[in-house]
Formats: sequence, structure tokens, C-alpha cells
Amino acid sequence: MRFLTDRKRAVGKGASGTGTEHHWYMTVSAVGLAFLLPVWVYIFGSALGQSHAEVVATFSRPFPAILTGLVIVVGMRHFAKGATSMIEDYWRGTTRKILIILAHSISYAVIAAGLFALARIAL
Amino acid sequence: MAEPKRVERPLSPFMIGPYYRPQLTSMTSILTRITGNALVVAAVLVVWWLLAAATGPESFATANAVVTSWFGDLVFAASALALWYHYLAGLRHLWFDAGHGLDVPTAEKLGIACLVGSVILTALTILIVQ
Repeated sequence: MRFLTDRKRAVGKGASGTGTEHHWYMTVSAVGLAFLLPVWVYIFGSALGQSHAEVVATFSRPFPAILTGLVIVVGMRHFAKGATSMIEDYWRGTTRKILIILAHSISYAVIAAGLFALARIAL
Repeated sequence: MAEPKRVERPLSPFMIGPYYRPQLTSMTSILTRITGNALVVAAVLVVWWLLAAATGPESFATANAVVTSWFGDLVFAASALALWYHYLAGLRHLWFDAGHGLDVPTAEKLGIACLVGSVILTALTILIVQ
């Protein structure tokens, strides 16, 4: 026996099936990245072109390491969900599903590799 | 009940051109998507460089040679432009989402601000970090 009416189950879900969850995630991560990126660009840009020892020294410090970790995690999740929006607009069916899975896989692979690198440099 | 009729509807990229005239507002909008998705190239390159730094001096030498070559400079300069464009257009998006600046003259001014602003911020970035 169903206790929820059809209307009750549809309310708040919209065409996406998940309501405004995706849009709200993009809003939140966009605001976060707006604060993180200018500082990170300065730190990364300054480290770029330096010697191995200097690069390791930079990313061993807590602030650059934590900031880079945040930029990688939040940035790549923002990418995965943004790429999903693009894929949903231009492809359909199985191709759409494969491309969305691919975008999320790339995102998680870059996050894992980035965090491993940061941990190995810092510890 | 009648069978649901399958209609071949055009997907969005095919709207610009045959149905919609390219305009500053639509072009600055599509550029947000292009720059945002293109930035994955820089992300992969940066993480590869970090991973090489974590692995040791030899792997770092290889990655650093690629990243600091003319090709690396080109990719990072283009990525800086893409990043700042996406950044400004993203702020514009947040402003639009809050219900502001949606009249055509303001939207067009904001579009020009994104285009000009991204070039200025890229030049500043290159000057500061060279």
C-alpha cells in the first residue's frame, strides 16, 4: 500500500529528478572557489618554474598544502557536475550515460592523485 | 490511451545559427561552458606535476621540463585566461541567479566586463607570477 500520493512524490523534484540539488551544489562550490582560486593561483604561479627542493618546501607548508587540497577536491567536483550539465545538453541515451560516468571518473582520479601527491610531499 | 508520439527535438547547440542569431549575451554564456570544461586540461597537468614532485627529483625534472616549456607556458597562459573568464562569468551567473542585471543593456555590459576583465586579470597574473 502506498502512503504517498503521486503529487506528494513529485513535489520538489522537477525535471532533473533531484530538484535544485545540482544547481545549489554549483552555487556553493562556485562561491567557495571564488575565494580559494585567486590565492591559489598566486601560490601555484610562484612555485611554477622553481627547483624541486623549493616546490617540495612550498607544498610542505600547511597553508599551500591545505589550499591546494581544497582547490583540487572542490574544483574537480565542480568540474564533474558542470561537465554533466554540458553532456546532458548535447548527448542522449547510452552515450550520455557513458560520458557522465567518464567525467566523474576523471574527476575522482584527479582528486585521488592530487591528494596522494600532497600527502607524500607534506608528510 | 494513445501511444506517446516520438518527436525529434533539436538539442541546444543546434539552436544557435539556424534559429538564434549569435549575440554578445549568448556567446559570453557558451564561452563560460567552454572555458570551464577546458580547464580540466590544466587540472590534469598541475596534478601530474605535483605527483612528479612527490615521486622524486628525476620524475620532477621530466614533468617540470614539459610544464615550463613553450608548450607548457602556452597551456598555462591559455588556462589563466580561461580561468579568469570562467571566474568573472561565474560571478555574473551568481548575480543573475540572485535576480539582478537581467535587462539587456546591463547583461551586455556585464558580458563586455567579463571579456575585458579576463584579459586584464590574465595580464596581471602573468606579470605578478611571471
